[in-house]
Amino acid sequence: MTMLWQRELPGADLVIRGARVLDPTEGIDATLEVRIDGGVIAQVAEKVDANEHRVIDAKGLVLAPAFVDPHVHLRTPGREDEETIASGTAAAAAGGYCAILAMPNTDPVVDSSATLGALVETARREAEIPTGFLAAITRGQRGEELTEMGELAETGAVAFSDDGVPVASAGLMRRALQYASITDRPLALHCEEPTLSRGGHVHEGRVAAELGFAGYPSIGESVAVERDLSLASFEGGRIHVLHLSAAESVDALRRARDAGVLASGEATPHHLVLTDDAVRSLDPNVKMNPPLRAERDRLALLEAVRDGTIEAIATDHAPHAAHEKDVPFEAAPFGVTGLETAFASLYVHLVKPGLLSLETLLERMSAGPARIFGLERPRIVAGAQANLVLLDLEREWTVGEQPFRSRSGNSWLLGAKLQGAVQMTLAAGSVVHE
Amino acid sequence: MIRLVTDDLRPPAGPPKRHLLSVADLTRDDVERLLGTARTFAASLERHVKKLPTLKGHLVVNLFYESSTRTSSSFELAAKRLSADTLTVKSAGSSVDKGESLKDTALTLGAYDPDVIVIRHPQIGAPQFVARVTDAHVVNAGDGKHQHPTQALLDLYTLQEECGSLEGLHVAIVGDVLHSRVARSLLQAFALVGIRTTLVGPPALLPRELPAETTTDIEAIRDADVVYVLRMQSERMGPGENYVPSLREYSARWGITPERLRPGQKVMHPGPMNRGVEIDSRVADSPDSLITNEVRSGLVVRMAVLYDVLTGGPVGVQALAAAEVA
Repeated sequence: MTMLWQRELPGADLVIRGARVLDPTEGIDATLEVRIDGGVIAQVAEKVDANEHRVIDAKGLVLAPAFVDPHVHLRTPGREDEETIASGTAAAAAGGYCAILAMPNTDPVVDSSATLGALVETARREAEIPTGFLAAITRGQRGEELTEMGELAETGAVAFSDDGVPVASAGLMRRALQYASITDRPLALHCEEPTLSRGGHVHEGRVAAELGFAGYPSIGESVAVERDLSLASFEGGRIHVLHLSAAESVDALRRARDAGVLASGEATPHHLVLTDDAVRSLDPNVKMNPPLRAERDRLALLEAVRDGTIEAIATDHAPHAAHEKDVPFEAAPFGVTGLETAFASLYVHLVKPGLLSLETLLERMSAGPARIFGLERPRIVAGAQANLVLLDLEREWTVGEQPFRSRSGNSWLLGAKLQGAVQMTLAAGSVVHE
Repeated sequence: MIRLVTDDLRPPAGPPKRHLLSVADLTRDDVERLLGTARTFAASLERHVKKLPTLKGHLVVNLFYESSTRTSSSFELAAKRLSADTLTVKSAGSSVDKGESLKDTALTLGAYDPDVIVIRHPQIGAPQFVARVTDAHVVNAGDGKHQHPTQALLDLYTLQEECGSLEGLHVAIVGDVLHSRVARSLLQAFALVGIRTTLVGPPALLPRELPAETTTDIEAIRDADVVYVLRMQSERMGPGENYVPSLREYSARWGITPERLRPGQKVMHPGPMNRGVEIDSRVADSPDSLITNEVRSGLVVRMAVLYDVLTGGPVGVQALAAAEVA
């Protein structure tokens, strides 16, 4: 059944010539030509006929499967001043994405079929790229009563999540795992033990100790990860651990996967690039939950992305109104944007220095998240729908110089110089960005 | 001392402003210059007419979002002793009560073109924020659990007056280090001038990651030249906090009593004190207590800080201060 929605767009007729075609999952890495007829990849070969199609000279560029972001906050309904489905999906298109999944911690929370149905209708009118929705695990995300997961799945929920807050009760988590099994949808979990995180703003470590911030220790995440892995193992349920930040959590996930637990995990670009040292700037745009942690945590995440323990890179794109972030650090809300900068930030900080291969990065930004959430995998083979991104790995640009497509500008990269730009995006057969 | 606060995307407007935001921004030279200036002002306060014309025509705004006796009164008096105009705004009874943001309050006060804004705020980094959104020189009078740089400077001044040289002194800081901006500022200031620091207190109130010797054993204070007692913040003792089981247990294990001190061992406290909790009255009132000296130091050190942020480098300090005091 359909789990992604977008507005109707014409299928593209295109020929892309001269690009290095790179689809790591299909084992393709060669200079090839690609013809797209009516939004469907018709031919991938050394030489294709242009017919009457528009021809794109992509010499020196990389053509890859477009990206899938499993963790986006579209702020709709409730905070359309910060993001709408139209603006968020336009930002995603500019970032090279062909599909995104939106979190349900909106106002009201997406915890009923009626709210979800209204969102689906809006997406069919406004979404520039295919968009899916997660529904809440508990009503109002209050952690007390389960949502009607059966009906929500029928209405189109991709998965269930109380992201933003943890499911604090172990007993309720067990019931959620039991009931979600009838829907064949994973639970996407924000793992945080509130009696350990205690509203901490910053990783409990040297920086928090020196600056005086209330600390959220690594174990505040990892004991919750271990609890939920144990429950998933016991119930045979499927879980996806959101925004991993601590080395201990990564170790737990790796052990559980080795033992056959149906668990996956994701990491964000900011956790893969920054450490809590960035907080010394007191810039509210490096404040997020979970917090930036120590270098050993960052390296553990990176290793897990390399070895596949972490299958997905997710932006946790969290737009906030300018006036809400233009305050002292402690008064600012958690969250940073990321859709428009994810690829370039990881290319420049991880791929260029040789810490991560381009192939692995492309896989974790596309096939990995698609696999976890049961979405069709973007791929460059004849017969597949065109979900493609054309990347210029040489082009340098400065974040914030051009206005964001997102309605919010709370980027952790504001003013940073990046290398690697999205030249063109095709999503579900249509050109959505160029 | 000099700290450039700019937005990444905005070209810096004019020369950088001098602020006192954190001890971390100070050099040893800055500290020595400030203490020297404070001594000069102390001498001027010995005279019959205590007011100096130094900052005549300047406006000093005191913006206090937290209650304060010592700090707010000494900043106000320091500004007045230097002939500056002063304006004191407390959050209670101001538009802050109506939900005005720090940005708007700062912009409003900034519209009066103050030369200095002295700010105390419960949130870390509020002074840095005000320095970014206004054109004033900003002095941090305490921001959350982060910094209280003038307290550290006045404590260095007090120690120097009492002990002469600071280099090689050993100070034990006792109590709730975790929630103490005074402890954080002191730790950096002591490191700058070569004072050895030992942190002593209950396990949950001693951050593991601070760059200092730490111990839970109160006996460790015996080795120190000076015992610096921190306020036991009663709001930390609320139900469910459990940093320590009770104030009674805290006093019994870490309270500073005459029995725990060596004869002649000096005692300091930033105030306000909880007599009978972290400090025994007999200690607070003994001749070895430097607590009222600290208050007196506060005035001259804050005069020096206001003077220094407004007039700049060491040459200016020596030349001007000498001329005016003479």
